[in-house]
Amino acid sequence: MRLVVDLNRCQGYAQCAFLGPDVFRLHGEESLLYDPVVGAEKRDQVLAAAAACPVGAILVDGPGVREVDAVVG
Amino acid sequence: MSAERIDRVVIVGASLAGLRAAEALRDEGFTGRLTLIGDEPEPAYDRPPLSKQVLLGQVAADATALPLARDVDAQWRLGTAATGLDLDGRTVLLADGSKVPFDRLLIATGTRARPWANEAEAALEGVLTLRTSADAGRLAALLDAKPRRVLVVGAGFTGSEIASACRERGIDVTVAERGPAPLVGALGGVIGEAAARLQRAHGVDLRCGVTVTSLEGDEAGRLCRAHLSDGTVLEADVAVVALGAIRNTGWLEGSGLAAGPRGIAADAACRAFDHNGIATDDIFVAGDVARMPHALFGYQFLSLEHWGNAVEQARLAAHNMLCASRDRRPHLWIPAFWSSQFGVNIKSIGVPTMGDEVVVTQGALEDDRFVAVYGHRGRVIAAVSFDHGRWLDFYRCLIESAAPFPPEFAGVDRPPPGTVPVPACFPDPSVPSHGPTVTVSGYAPSERRITFTPAPA
Ligand SMILES: Cc1cc2nc3c(=O)[nH]c(=O)nc-3n(C[C@H](O)[C@H](O)[C@H](O)COP(=O)(O)OP(=O)(O)OC[C@H]3O[C@@H](n4cnc5c(N)ncnc54)[C@H](O)[C@@H]3O)c2cc1C
Ligand code: SF4
Repeated sequence: MRLVVDLNRCQGYAQCAFLGPDVFRLHGEESLLYDPVVGAEKRDQVLAAAAACPVGAILVDGPGVREVDAVVG
Repeated sequence: MSAERIDRVVIVGASLAGLRAAEALRDEGFTGRLTLIGDEPEPAYDRPPLSKQVLLGQVAADATALPLARDVDAQWRLGTAATGLDLDGRTVLLADGSKVPFDRLLIATGTRARPWANEAEAALEGVLTLRTSADAGRLAALLDAKPRRVLVVGAGFTGSEIASACRERGIDVTVAERGPAPLVGALGGVIGEAAARLQRAHGVDLRCGVTVTSLEGDEAGRLCRAHLSDGTVLEADVAVVALGAIRNTGWLEGSGLAAGPRGIAADAACRAFDHNGIATDDIFVAGDVARMPHALFGYQFLSLEHWGNAVEQARLAAHNMLCASRDRRPHLWIPAFWSSQFGVNIKSIGVPTMGDEVVVTQGALEDDRFVAVYGHRGRVIAAVSFDHGRWLDFYRCLIESAAPFPPEFAGVDRPPPGTVPVPACFPDPSVPSHGPTVTVSGYAPSERRITFTPAPA
């Protein structure tokens, strides 16, 4: 599963780090670092964090989106 | 404009702005054929982690792929560069010789790292730039090999973040910066001083006011030494050239669009200008490659190499390319970016480079925790925070309402008495004069309005 955090919007209160400790972590006092691509076993953590983020800064793959099937060339 | 059918939309540049525009086009109800053309072989990935999580060894360089909020039902032509644009024929030419016709085109080709000017030196093993995931993979591997010393050439945001990652991994690092301090081009000399202190406190060998004159390799073609303009000779195994970015507009040469080294000029609706300065109605631009006027900042053409700008302009361009002209929306997003370095969260809102004065309104520079507000001709124009990011929304409101500078406010912890604005010390300060006042109101994109108050005669 893929995710991205809009760090302009993020307020660094770390709810995500509490709910998804294997994916999100604070670096210093308010810098958020996270893993942009995680395995299925962390999916629940990511979804819980995304739902709890007070500013809606965590964007994840939409339900049922397919991988990009690239035509190379 | 008569309601022209839009059946084919082509997006050139399949990274952050391109991907977000594709999503937005489908959100806006576009059901026609959508093609994304990107010269990188990988599906769209996020770049900010490349100089942070990836260099810290927390995330693999090829594991920063961007999520898709929805299915975009597009044809992706990845690993293929666009090489030309036929404005009259409404066709994009590709490197493989094929031609892709469009009714609307979005150009989101971004920027690339400015290479080291001396090609032989740039080709030495251990000399590299950082822009792509492949670059980040190479640099991460070099850091894993425990180099004796890393030389970072240029102390902008990318260079500073690289230095930060090195120190965190216990690697000796020298930063060579031509200007008087790190980040000085983006944030000015006052905040630059704070950034310099931060670097030195973390053990960076920071050398300002110097340039790297040459890079020297051994017989095997590996970097071994760097020569600085002050005569210093430095032993280093890795040199990261972080001298800013070049806009990817070469493929548009001769196309008739107003595209050049400074980007592609567009109006506030993201419509590209042709070289006569006339807005096209079918070619749109978004992201790092674009420059467009912003009402709130004196209608100056702003080129913003920021993540948030790419996202906003992509949405705006998608909306404006599909709707009737009276429903077009202007680019009114207030520029914002972040950086994470030396454990400090740096955030910026507004346009600090327009500031002629700066004042610390919260916290203290020497504690690496503060908000500094920039003034331009007596109004608040920008704010920058070090580990005070939660306040920036408040300052955004001051910027949008053209609040007087220095700001007067109750409700936040006050600066110590005697704190007065000082010159922001940008290398090239602007000349004060008087102009009209523009303010912005509204939150939802469709409600954002400007109010224009002419200057008293
Ligand atoms: C290391 C690093 C760290 C960063 N950190 C931050 C940060 O902390 N905060 C922040 O706000 N911003 C940050 N940024 C900036 C942010 O990543 C950019 O603003 C953003 O990537 C811009 O997106 P874009 O889609 O406009 O351009 P790009 O991401 O540059 O994408 C343009 C795409 O177009 C492709 N392309 C170019 N020419 C052609 C062609 N002729 N044909 C086909 N395809 C073409 C390119 O290869 C690329 O894939 C960082 C950037 C880097 C490199
Ligand atoms: S919960 Fe949201 S706002 Fe809080 S740190 Fe995480 S991403 Fe940032």
